[in-house]
Amino acid sequence: MIFVTVGTDQPFDRMVKVVDSWAAERGRTDLFVQIGEGGWEPTSIPFTRFLTPVEFKERFAAARVIVSHAGMGTILTALHHGKPILVMPKKASLGEHRNEHQLATARHMMSLGHVSVAFDEAELREKLDGLDKMLPTSTILPVAAGPLVAEIRRFVFSNPR
Amino acid sequence: MNQHRPKVLAISSGGGHWVQLLRLRPAFDGTNLVFATVHAGYGADVEGCEFRLIHDANRDQKLALVKSAWSILFLLLIERPDIVISTGAAPGYFAVRFGKLLRMKTIWVDSVANAEELSMSGRKAGSCADLWLTQWSHLAAETGPKYFGNVL
Repeated sequence: MIFVTVGTDQPFDRMVKVVDSWAAERGRTDLFVQIGEGGWEPTSIPFTRFLTPVEFKERFAAARVIVSHAGMGTILTALHHGKPILVMPKKASLGEHRNEHQLATARHMMSLGHVSVAFDEAELREKLDGLDKMLPTSTILPVAAGPLVAEIRRFVFSNPR
Repeated sequence: MNQHRPKVLAISSGGGHWVQLLRLRPAFDGTNLVFATVHAGYGADVEGCEFRLIHDANRDQKLALVKSAWSILFLLLIERPDIVISTGAAPGYFAVRFGKLLRMKTIWVDSVANAEELSMSGRKAGSCADLWLTQWSHLAAETGPKYFGNVL
């Protein structure tokens, strides 16, 4: 199963349209897409606008691979569950988000080897064809560890009011 | 009631901000912990913990921002935490600003999504927080946030 998600914030029609036409061309029936409130409705693949956190987890668990906007929630969840993830950044310049942080997220997560990135529609189409061969790049622990946690603990326990 | 257990309010909006806040849970072991976020459905992520709901908003929604701000001020006055910690976004900004006014200690952990520059709420909230953290070493600065690693 390929789980496609645009996040809870805004729809991402540019990504959903490519995924939908790709599925139709390749005759794929193993996709499910969450399109967001007001999102364009795909014609070839089953979809929902919104998933509750519990439903989201179920879709995630059932998926072999994730295709997603470049949102950190989805990226962290994929890494934690050992699922390969292909992301496409939403662009503020196209009205898809409030600022360009998804471009930054995608570039930096890619350079750390955590995600595969499609920066535009052509690249997405190309990388969808390689989806079946994608393997999980890295996994992370279920919770954070290390110096960030240590510093917060130090602060929390050294600041009685 | 154990007087030495600091009371922590961990608060954020949904999506990636909430996922990052949850990943920080080991930092709160041994505290009196209350989570707050914007969807009731997220309560399932913190079963067994205190969980509160607040109103969501982003910076383009004026009326929702006012509702969100009030819900957070009300929450802070009811819960009276010693420490307020947030990973963003707009609700976190209100929590840190109001927490500061109410003389609580405040922590802003800038989202790992902000890999090239701090967000607007991050710059505003972080600069008035008692502990201001970025998750990218290249964004740490003498007069800005400190870097101690990330939630990964």
